[in-house]
This record gives sequence, C-alpha cells and structure tokens, in this order.
Amino acid sequence: MTSRFEALAAARKAEGHGVFVPFLVIGDPDPDTSLRLARGLVQAGADALELGLPFSDPPADGPVVQAADQRSLAAGTTTTSALAWIGRLRETVDVPISLLVYFNLVLQHGVEAFYARCGEVGVDAVLVADLPPEHSDEVLAAARAHGVSTIYLASELSTPARLERIAAVCEGYVYALARVGVTGQHSEVVPSLGPALERMRAAIDLPLLVGFGISTPANVRSALEAGADGVIVGSALVRHIEHHLGDPDAMEAAMVHHARELHAATRRTP
Amino acid sequence: MIGDGRFGRFGGFYVAEPLLPALEELEAAWLDAREDPAFRAELDGLLHDYAGRPTPLYRSPALSGAIGCHVYLKREDLLHGGAHKTNNTLGQGLLAKRMGRTRLIAETGAGQHGVATAMIGALLGLDVKVFMGATDVARQAPNVARMRLFGAEVVPVSDGSASLKDAINEALRYWTEHVRDTFYVFGTAAGPHPYPALVKDFQRVIGEEIAEQLERAHGRGPDVVVACVGGGSNAIGAFARFLGEPDVRLIGVEPGGHGLDSGAHGATLGAGRPGCVHGSLSYLLQDDVGQVREAHSISAGLDYPGVGPEHAHLLESGRATYISATDDEALDAFAWLCREEGILPALESSHAIAGALKLAGELDPDSILVINLSGRGDKDLAHAMAALEAR
Repeated sequence: MTSRFEALAAARKAEGHGVFVPFLVIGDPDPDTSLRLARGLVQAGADALELGLPFSDPPADGPVVQAADQRSLAAGTTTTSALAWIGRLRETVDVPISLLVYFNLVLQHGVEAFYARCGEVGVDAVLVADLPPEHSDEVLAAARAHGVSTIYLASELSTPARLERIAAVCEGYVYALARVGVTGQHSEVVPSLGPALERMRAAIDLPLLVGFGISTPANVRSALEAGADGVIVGSALVRHIEHHLGDPDAMEAAMVHHARELHAATRRTP
Repeated sequence: MIGDGRFGRFGGFYVAEPLLPALEELEAAWLDAREDPAFRAELDGLLHDYAGRPTPLYRSPALSGAIGCHVYLKREDLLHGGAHKTNNTLGQGLLAKRMGRTRLIAETGAGQHGVATAMIGALLGLDVKVFMGATDVARQAPNVARMRLFGAEVVPVSDGSASLKDAINEALRYWTEHVRDTFYVFGTAAGPHPYPALVKDFQRVIGEEIAEQLERAHGRGPDVVVACVGGGSNAIGAFARFLGEPDVRLIGVEPGGHGLDSGAHGATLGAGRPGCVHGSLSYLLQDDVGQVREAHSISAGLDYPGVGPEHAHLLESGRATYISATDDEALDAFAWLCREEGILPALESSHAIAGALKLAGELDPDSILVINLSGRGDKDLAHAMAALEAR
C-alpha cells in the first residue's frame, strides 16, 4: 500500500509543486497555543505536518528547537499527552502527520504501545532521530503492525552502503539533510545538495524531503531546484514562538505569514 | 559498522545519521591501528616517556589497617595530567592524527578529560575545543586555567543543568556541524560504538599493570578491585584485565550525593533503569516518561546521569557489584587519606576509597584489595575546603 506521504508527494509533483512541511514541537509554548499554531499552519498551506515530541537531551537539534522542547516540557507535555494532543488535532486536520522523536521516549513508553497509539491517533510516519537502520528491527515490526511509516535521515555524507541500508527500511519519505549539521543553525542550501540528492534518488525509491537549514523562500527554491520533492521547515518557524511569547495572536500571525511565504515558494511559478 | 557495539543487551550506536559515517570511519581506523605494531609502539613510548607509565602500585598502611587486609592504591593520580584520562587521550590523539584530523573536541566534567585532551593537542599540534558545563567551569577553575594555558579553547555550556551531560550534547552538536575535519575525543567508556570498546582498550593498561605489579609483590593477582564510576572509564580500565577471572571481585562505587533516597545523586546503576542517551543503551537516571534527570555529586567528574554500557551489562550479569558513597562519605575519605598518607585524592577517587572502607572487617586478612586512585585532588582544593569548612 502506498503511504499517504508518497501519495502526497506524487500528487504535488504531478501539479508541478513541491511539498511544504512545517515543523512544530507539540505543546510549545503550551498545548492549546500549539494546537492553534498547527491549525494555522495547515490553513497557511501546509501539505503535511512534522511534529516533535519534546526531549530533555536532543543532540540532533540546535538551540531553537531545544528551547522549544524545554518550553513544552515546562508546560507539562509527556509522551501520552502529546499523542492525545495529536488526536485532538486530527479532529480538524487531515494532512499527513509525521512525528520526530528520540529513541528513549519510545523505549520508555514501550515500543509496541507507542506505535499502537500512533496508529490510533492518526500518525502517518515516525522519524526516530537517534535510531539507525541497524538497530531498528523492533521498531519497524511495531510500526508496520500499526500502519505507521518509518522515516530515516540521509545526508551528503551517507555512503553508498549506508544509503542501501536506509533504502531497505525507509518508508514514506526520506528526510534529506540540506546541510550536514543540527537543526536551525544556518540558513543555507549547500551547492553539494544537488549531487547528494541524485545519489539518494538512485539508491532510494521514495520522495526526498529536505530539511535542516531551510528558513527562507530562497532556500526553498534552491532545495527544489536541487531536486528535492519538498521541504521541511522547523527552527525558522519555531523562532516566532520565542519572539512572541505571551502574545499568541502576534505569534500565530507572524508564523502564518512566514509559512505562507514558504508555501508560495513551493508552488510552480505560473 | 563492523561490530554491533553490544555488551549483552546494552551498547550500540544510537546517533543521528550524519554522525554514522564518522563513527564507521573511526571504528575502521581503530581496528586498523590496534593491529599495527608501529601505532602500539608510538603509544607505548608516549605512555612511558611523556605520561610516566607504569604508575606505582602502592601498599597503603593506613588503608590496610583500616580495612584489615592488603590494600593497594593504583596511583593513576601520578600520571601526567593528574588522572587516568591521559591513557585515553594519548590513544585517541594518535588515532586522530592517523586519520588526518586537524581539530580535537572534547566534553569535560571535572576538567580532567579536558586537560588531558588539551595536553595532547599541544603535544601533537592539534587545535582543541573543550565543552564544559558552566557550573563546572565555576567549580573547577584550576583545570580551566590549565586547559587555556595548553592552548585549548574552553566553551562554557549553560543549557540544561550546565554540567557534563549538557557538555556532551553540545560537543555532539559541534561534531555534527564539523564532522569532516573534527575528531571527537570522548572521555569515558560510554557514548556510541566504538567509543565504549575503544576507551576500554586504551584504559585497560591500568588493570594489566595491577596484575603484573601484584605478581611481582605477591606472586598472585588481586581478590578485590574497587574503582569509582561516573561514566566508568577508570573502572572499566581497572576491571578489564580481570573480567575473565570470576574469583576477582569487581566493585564499582557510584556517587551517592545526598543519599539515594534524596533523589540528588548520580547512582545511575544503583537507582536508574535501562534507557538510551548519548548514543548507547545503558542505565539512565530518568523520570517516568524517559526525560533525563539531572545528576548530583560533590564531584564534577561523577555528576552524570548515564553510565558506560559495559557496566550496565556487568551489573545485570552479576560479574561486577555497584555500591555508592555519599558526598559526605567521599569528603571524609578525602580528608582521611590526606592526613593518614599524605596523598591528596580527587573527589572522584575519594568515592572509591569510601566504598572500599565499607568492606572493613569483611575480608580475609591475606586478601589483596586494589583501589584505583584515578586522579589527584589539586583541582578540588577550593571546593573541598569550602565543603569541609561548611560542616
């Protein structure tokens, strides 16, 4: 069965567009505001959402997402409450949803129980940032049993052998890194992205969504020109939460405005 | 990756994809180097001439009297740099050079690993950047000064608890950003594969010397080996030689802080449960849902909510025993050893002494007990004096 992410990417490609996926940390700065922001992003044109489960020690994330994690944890977010939150979001939002988590949260919730709950609340895909294909057997079995795709990262440093390993287990889409590094540190699409995407495409028959370093419409266009099927934008949007803490209206307005610009950059120019 | 990095069900390499090619390259370089007699000869030469190995094995009359058997101190405190960390940084530094890396990064808690990395950077002509929790920068001023004198840049980290775990997060982030030219000199036998096995490889010289030195003195090996455990590199170095000898009791001493019931401690094996952080499956201090808890110890070097995966395996397999010593017990042992033997132990190593003292009267008088005195306490003077005066 084709996953919803693959179907989405194919549909946008047929229209000549790129897929636009904004990212938020669930519960940042608090559950209700975060719900409102997620809905706002969908109204701004999000083709899908990537949602982070906050973790105390996120080494793949830069300072902006780490601060978002801290705000969400301070607001009381747990794995259970975050998955219930997705259930609430699903009442009004139908776009595909992927979750970004760190392995310890899955492990402590119980791998089987975690994916069962993901399936129930309507999570389409899960990316466990610190889980390589080599250690994925249990997670893959549970994810498949509950109809959840398992996403992997790939970077320009991934060797042909690693890309093959990723190809063997990845479902839905590949999260391709725009640059080697952590989230949100630089607004940059490196010139080597094009060749890297070509190598990934040759090895893996899935949509390539590019993230880490995409923050402006110009970045979006560079990534699509380099061959991406779509873009994931996290820190650049999350930053609006930090800037407008205590003023949810201004926060939503700024984030939605920025999201509309990014979304427009993913559309085919007439 | 050639190995799976497992110790029983623990270990592995739980890191994001951008770091995996670097870990694969590191594993290959390490496997190649350990079979290369020229690498071994260069490392052995530096360990001997630069660092001062072998370190003495000293029979302590005071501890022998107090515990009631033959008690020896393995004097890693006398190693150049002031702690066992130099064994590891020399090995990893040479490996970095062999791999053509130009920059070393390291995390540090007490500052001993940072100093040992800075030292090796100066020796080998490599740039060094050390990530250190802001709290630790404040409580380990002499080591910060030493690192800077050796030419290293010290980067204070103020995220989270601003201690060792946060320094590791920041070092991992920096490494991810600069993975092409940067070698991460990991300080303890934890983290993703191959670090736990690699660090054990470079630290096992401690136990090997203990075996040789006791063979000369007593014609036999130890009955008990005691070492403090934060991440666990000095302990695994002292234990490794004896893992295959089930009659040798191996005891790790974790930081009990204000006591295990207080919640303010760093006894990961004594009070944590299995979890995954910083690249490996091991024991972890965490809350119900898996958020990592902050550790507490009077000793900055033991103030870590994780522990090396092999220790988790040794605990569950029953091969080693893990106990804890509180801040107060460690401070008592610190002051006692100073007065009785004129030896100033690091606060980390003072936990091992406090742990060994708990065996008083329990051992046959002919028994041989070795305490790994992993480091010297000069760096702790201000902090320890303030704590003693506050009593």
